[in-house]
Amino acid sequence: MVKPILTTNLKPNILVLLTAALLAPLAVVLGHFAIPELAIWLHLIDTVLASYVINSVILALGVALGTLLLGTLTAWLMSHYSFAGRGVLRVALLLPLAMPAYIIAYSYTGLLDVSGPVQQLLREVFAWRVGDYWFPQVRSLPSAIILMSLVLYPYVYILARTAFSEQSASMREVARIHGYTSVKYLFKVSIPLARPALFTGASLAMMESLADYGTVQFFGINTFTTGIFRSWYAMGSRTTAIQLAGLLSLFVLVLLVFEQHSRRRLKYFQQSIVKPSTRTVLSGWRNVLVSACCFLPFILGFLIPSIQLLIWASMTLDHVVWADYWQLVSATFGLALITAAIVVLIATLFSYQNRWVASAFSRWQVRLLSLGYALPGMVIAVGALIVLGWFDGLINNVVHAITGEYVGLILSGTILALVFCYCIRFMSVALQNTEAGMQRIKPSLDEAAQTMGASRSELLRRIHLPLLRASLLSAGLLVFVDVLKELPATLVLRPFNFNTLAVRAYEMASDERLFDAALPALTIVAVSIVPIFLITKTIDNKSEG
Amino acid sequence: MKSPLKIIVVLIVLVGVVSWFMTAEQPVSEPSELNVYSARKEALIKPLLDEFSASTGIKVNLVTGSADALITRMETEGQFSPADVLITTDAGRLVRAKTADLTQAMQVENVAQLLPDYLRDEQQHWVALTMRARPIMYSPERVDPSKITSMLDLTESEWLGRICIRSSSNIYNQSMIAALTLELGEAQVEQWAQGIVANMARPPVGGDRDQIKGVAAGECDIAVANTYYLAGMLASDDPDQQQQATAVKVLWTDQDSFGTHVNISGIAVAKHAPNADAANQLIAFMLKAESQQWYAQENHEYPVLEGVQWSPLMQEMGQFKALSVDLDKVGAGNAAALQLMDRAGWQ
Repeated sequence: MVKPILTTNLKPNILVLLTAALLAPLAVVLGHFAIPELAIWLHLIDTVLASYVINSVILALGVALGTLLLGTLTAWLMSHYSFAGRGVLRVALLLPLAMPAYIIAYSYTGLLDVSGPVQQLLREVFAWRVGDYWFPQVRSLPSAIILMSLVLYPYVYILARTAFSEQSASMREVARIHGYTSVKYLFKVSIPLARPALFTGASLAMMESLADYGTVQFFGINTFTTGIFRSWYAMGSRTTAIQLAGLLSLFVLVLLVFEQHSRRRLKYFQQSIVKPSTRTVLSGWRNVLVSACCFLPFILGFLIPSIQLLIWASMTLDHVVWADYWQLVSATFGLALITAAIVVLIATLFSYQNRWVASAFSRWQVRLLSLGYALPGMVIAVGALIVLGWFDGLINNVVHAITGEYVGLILSGTILALVFCYCIRFMSVALQNTEAGMQRIKPSLDEAAQTMGASRSELLRRIHLPLLRASLLSAGLLVFVDVLKELPATLVLRPFNFNTLAVRAYEMASDERLFDAALPALTIVAVSIVPIFLITKTIDNKSEG
Repeated sequence: MKSPLKIIVVLIVLVGVVSWFMTAEQPVSEPSELNVYSARKEALIKPLLDEFSASTGIKVNLVTGSADALITRMETEGQFSPADVLITTDAGRLVRAKTADLTQAMQVENVAQLLPDYLRDEQQHWVALTMRARPIMYSPERVDPSKITSMLDLTESEWLGRICIRSSSNIYNQSMIAALTLELGEAQVEQWAQGIVANMARPPVGGDRDQIKGVAAGECDIAVANTYYLAGMLASDDPDQQQQATAVKVLWTDQDSFGTHVNISGIAVAKHAPNADAANQLIAFMLKAESQQWYAQENHEYPVLEGVQWSPLMQEMGQFKALSVDLDKVGAGNAAALQLMDRAGWQ
C-alpha cells in the first residue's frame, strides 16, 4: 500500500533535504573554485587546455551524432518493418548496452592493433611489413567515437523505439493520404515528434562520453577527463583537478538546460487509445539490406568483442579461483540491485514533484541532480569522501560529548558511501526515464481522475503506476547496468575486502593483463544481459502488443 | 507472459539480497587485525598478505585503488581512519602521503642496516619493498646496440620515427624525467624531451607492453619500458606475447655514467593506525628474504635486499648500474616533470 506521503505538506521538505544531501558533494566540487591555483592554470592554458577542450567537444558531438544515427535508424526500421531476423534483433539490438566502453576498447585494440591477429594475418598473407600498408589506428579519437557510439546507441534506440511505437497508425495513414513516402514521413513527422526522446537519449550518451576515463586513457587521447586526472595524480593538485571537473559540470548544466528548453516547447502527449501501427513486410533485396543494417551494430558492438573476450577468458580458465569469482559476482549483483531500487525511488519522487507542484525550483532540482552523470565517478567520489568524512567527524564529536566515547567511522568506507555516490552519479539515468514516462501521461488524465474523486495516492496506484511501469523498470535496469560497469568511484569508496567485477577487470587490464581481465569483463556483459532482456520485454509489451 | 517474468524478478531479488549479506561483512578492528590501503593491485599483494596472515594469525583487510585516491580517503577519514599501512607503486606518492602528515615513523628493527639510504625515508616514514628498472628495449635485427650507450642518444636524428614510448600521463615516465632532471638539469632534459617527441614513431598510446609489441611488430625499433613487463610477456601463457617479447633485447643505458632509472614500490605506516604493531610486523615480514624472493620470482621485480636470488628471466637481462638519486626529490619533482613534458609537446 503506497502511503500518500506526497499529499502531505512534509513532502517538499523531505525532497529539499534529499536534494541537499545529494548535491553536497557537487557543492564541494564547485566550492573548489574559490581556491586559487593560478600557476597551474596558467600552465594549462599555455600548453594543453585547448586540446583537452577540443578533443572533449569532438568526442561528445561525434558520439551524439553516431548514437542518433544508429539508434534512430534501427528503431525506425524495427518499428515499421518486418524482415529477416527481426525477432532476434528485438533482444540483440540492446545487447551492446551490456558492453562497457572501456571493455570494447580493450577487445578491439587486442584485435586490430599493429600486433593483433588481423594485421598479423594481413602481413602474412600479403608478405607486407609494417609501414607498407595503411591501416586505421585503433587508438585514436575517431575510433573512440565509433566504439562509444556502438555501445551507447541503445540509449537513443530504447527511447526512440518507445516514441515511434506510441505514434499512432492513424497519423501515418493521414500522412500517406497526403502523399508522404516513408522516408518523408520519417523526417517530416516521426522524427520531429520523437525529438524530445531522441535528444534525451543522445544527451545521455554525450554525458557518458564526457565522463569517460577508461577508454580515452587507454587510447591516449587527451580529453577533459584525462586532464582532470593528470592534474590530480601527476601535478598533485587535487584542487585544479576538481576545478576542471567543475567546469565540465557547468558545461553539462548548459547542455541540460538547452535540452529541457527545447523539450518544453514540444509538449506532445500520447493518445489515450493508440492504434497499433502495422509493420510493412519486406522481401527481396530490401529485406537483406534492412536486416544487414540492423544486425551490423549488434555484430560490431557486441558479438565481435564478446567473442574476443570469450577466447581470452577460455585461455585463463585453468587458474581461476571459483570461490573468489562467485563472491565477486554476488557482491556486484547485490550492490547494483540495491542501488537501482533506491535511485528509482528517489527519481520517481522528484518526477512527481515536478508534475504536481512544478515550479522553477523543482525543475532546477531535477537539473542539478542530473549533473552527476557527466562528472567522472572519481570526482563525485572525492566530493562524497569529503562530505561523509565531515559528517563522521561531526557524529563522533557529538557522541563523544555525550558519552565520552568515539564511535569511529560509520559512513566512510561502508557500502552506504558507495550507494550514496552511485545515487548522485546515476540519478540522471533514472530521472530521464521517469520524467519522460511522466510527460507521456496526459495531464487531462489526472484531472479526469481527480474530478471523479480519486485521491493522489489512488491516482498513483491505479493510473500512473501501470502506465509508468515500463519507464520505472527501464530506469531501474539502466541504473543496474550502470552500477555493474561503474569503476572509478567504486575503487575509491568501497569497504575493505570488497571487490566488484569491474574493479577486478580494471585491475587486470591496467596491469596489461587483458587475458585475465576477460573473465570478469565477460561476466559484466553476461550479467547485464538479464536486465536488458527484461527491458526488451517491456518495450515489446508496449510496441508489439 | 506475466508470471514467468515476475518469478524471474523475484528470484533475482532473492539471490541478490541473500548474496549481499554473505559478502558485505564489515571488518571490525580487533587487536589481531591489520587494515591495508594498497595501490598495488590485489593480484600482486594478496598472496603475500595471505602468507603473513598464515604465519602471524593476524587477519588482513585489504582495499586497493589508485594511490592518490587512497591518500584522499585517508585525509577525509582523518583521525578515525582505519588504515594501518599504505602501499604504493612509486616513491612520489609515499612522499605525498608524508607531506600531507598522514604517516608516522615505523618501528621496525634493523631497517637502517637492511636498506641503503636511498631506499628509505630519512625519518623512517616509508621504505621501499621492490625496485623496478626502466631501460631501453630494441630490435636486434634493426638496431645496432653499439650506437646507444645513453638515454640521451635517443634524440639523435638516426632514430627519427623509430621510438615507441608511452604517454606523459604515465607515472613511470614522470618519475624518469624527474630523476633525469635531478641529474642533468631542467634545460637539458626539456631539450631531450623535445628530441624524443620528434623521434616518436607514433603518438604515445597504450601501456609498457604495447611499446614492446610495437617493436615486435616493426612499428618502431626502440621502446622504453619497465623490465617486469617484458619478463611478464616472456612468462605469459599466450604464445603471441612470448614471441613478441623474444623479438626485443634489453639495453642498460648510461652504465658508464649515472645509470639506468629505477623506481620503487613501497610502504608507509598510517599516522592514525589503530594497529600500528601489526603494521610494523607486516613491514618486517615484507623485508624478509622469502617475501623479497616472491616478488623477484612472481613479478620479476628487483629485491631491495642484497643476496636475494633473481628470477631466471631477470638474470638473463643482466646486472646493471641503477641511477641512485634521492627518491624524496624525485617524488617532489613529479609535477614539474609533467609540465616539462607538456611544454615539449609529449602527449
